[in-house]
Amino acid sequence: MSETVDTAVDLVVAQTVPSVDAPGGRRRFGLLRDALRLTRTRIGLGIVVLVIVVALGGPLIAPHSPTEFVAIPNSPPSGEALFGADALGRDVWSRFLHGGATVLWLAAAATVLGMVVGVIVGLIAAYSRNWLDDVLMRGNDVLLAFPQIIFVLLAVSAVGPKLWIIVLTVGLTHAPRIARVMRGAALEVVERDFIKSAEVVGEKRWRIVFGELLPNVTSPLLVELGLRMTYSIGLVAGISFLGFGLQPPTADWGLMINENRLSLTVQPWAVLLPVIAIGLLTVGTNLVTDGLARALAGIDRKAGG
Amino acid sequence: MSLRLVLRRLALGLLTLWLVSLLIFAATLALPGDAAQAILGREATPERLAALRDQLNLDEPVVSQYVQWLGGIITGDLGNSAATQAPVGQLISDRVGNSLFLVVVSAAFAIPLSILFGVAMAMRRDRPFDHVASTTSLVLASLPEFVIGIALILLFATEVFQVLPAVSLLGTGQKAWDDPQVVVLPAATLVLAVVPYISRIMRGSMIEVLESEYVTMAGLKGLSRRVVIWRHAVPNAIVPAIQVTALQLAYLAGGVVVVEFVFGYPGIGAALVEAVGNRDMPVVQAVTMLAATIYVGLNLLADIATILVTPKLRTAGR
Repeated sequence: MSETVDTAVDLVVAQTVPSVDAPGGRRRFGLLRDALRLTRTRIGLGIVVLVIVVALGGPLIAPHSPTEFVAIPNSPPSGEALFGADALGRDVWSRFLHGGATVLWLAAAATVLGMVVGVIVGLIAAYSRNWLDDVLMRGNDVLLAFPQIIFVLLAVSAVGPKLWIIVLTVGLTHAPRIARVMRGAALEVVERDFIKSAEVVGEKRWRIVFGELLPNVTSPLLVELGLRMTYSIGLVAGISFLGFGLQPPTADWGLMINENRLSLTVQPWAVLLPVIAIGLLTVGTNLVTDGLARALAGIDRKAGG
Repeated sequence: MSLRLVLRRLALGLLTLWLVSLLIFAATLALPGDAAQAILGREATPERLAALRDQLNLDEPVVSQYVQWLGGIITGDLGNSAATQAPVGQLISDRVGNSLFLVVVSAAFAIPLSILFGVAMAMRRDRPFDHVASTTSLVLASLPEFVIGIALILLFATEVFQVLPAVSLLGTGQKAWDDPQVVVLPAATLVLAVVPYISRIMRGSMIEVLESEYVTMAGLKGLSRRVVIWRHAVPNAIVPAIQVTALQLAYLAGGVVVVEFVFGYPGIGAALVEAVGNRDMPVVQAVTMLAATIYVGLNLLADIATILVTPKLRTAGR
């Protein structure tokens, strides 16, 4: 039960997490194909692509510089400023178009870091199943004792609002959660005959872990990747919203919400645009994740029946 | 027999907390220069630096610093805030009640609502209600708390209805229960963030129970549907949801940080954000330790509750 506890997707994940592909991982791309047959995956993917295009392509079509003063502070939409001006008289639309890339990069980097560390720790723990397993899982518990955002804030207060510390700590707090799921998934594979035979023919341990074990847990790995990406976006944007991410006068979605939330009544656009973008992005990634989880459950049903 | 299991869990929890305290203390060592330099900034005079170093025991060896800090935490002497010089214990006790109030109100609504929704979805499995509720909770579960909070402010405090205060205007010493209106939107945000998770688990375990033989049997015996559902099925379906509920409550220990900041609610979460901005390490460390203790404590309670309500574990003894 404890493996399911902090997943955003429903029981589907809980039931499918320990499942594995056929030996040799020949279904590795089958899961993606199956997931893409589901409407929710397509909608999610469409949303994610749209937000990425806006975030990465935005600076190219922004009419103004993000730091240029174009109108009276908090003025409503006009010909000069499509969505009005923010609390400091800068163009809301241009700042919105410039402010998305950082969230994406930071969240992606933190997710990749968390996945790499988490998968390595989880697989090694599952394969060793001796004192090393105990030590790794105890280390997991220590990191799990912190609510993720509080761990990030602890580090930020020690080192200052640096982007690298956000990536590092968000990734690190993901790692034990990922490790637990991957360990659960890998424990079943470890029991299989082809692992035993690899041991018998004297394959090196690291080759067994990364050459035999890893290819057989790619499906739960994909689901976990999507889930952690959703959380990373929320965490990174949240830290930035608290004022500990990119610093003014840089344009950034989280920071925009922070800077303009007090003038919400007079100029809602400066808050609404980034809030909608962040919300859409997390809903998109979670729809894709849910699609993957459902496809995985479907594969299981076929394999089981 | 279950006593041994419970004691084992308790010992593991304490060990975890001790390791957590090491990690939290280590954060001060990561400060560039030292804690005094970080707090006072570049324009600090040597005299003030020396005074602060003395106050924070920075001239002593690391181990004795740690022992003094841990001893302080255990005895309740949390030292002074580096930013305001006020005792950290005072600052926390002023605000912890407000945060607790927020969390308790949120939980008091979230838990019954989750059970109701979970049961309702399970009983209308694969019908329109189930699909709509599942999709809604998937969307809600995706959204970061500050997105939900700001959406609620826009809906109920500014643009559309204007019925509730957008930000609480309470002073730091004031108690939230003196002006309960200020807790409505923050609590609603936390409820919306938590209900999707618990109700989904509740739905899943309820479906399992509804398919079990004893529920069919109870129906065949001629018991009314209501009795079968609420007396026989729900109590059993709740067991798997205990762990998730505890985890979601523990998650609130982190969730309050952003939510209190969004609404300017005078709790420890907002205090933490302020302390991080001031690089006020004594406050940050105390709040972090508190959050971790709540987190570990709630998980422990959930484990013990699960052991106690699961016959197999209760009697499993070796």
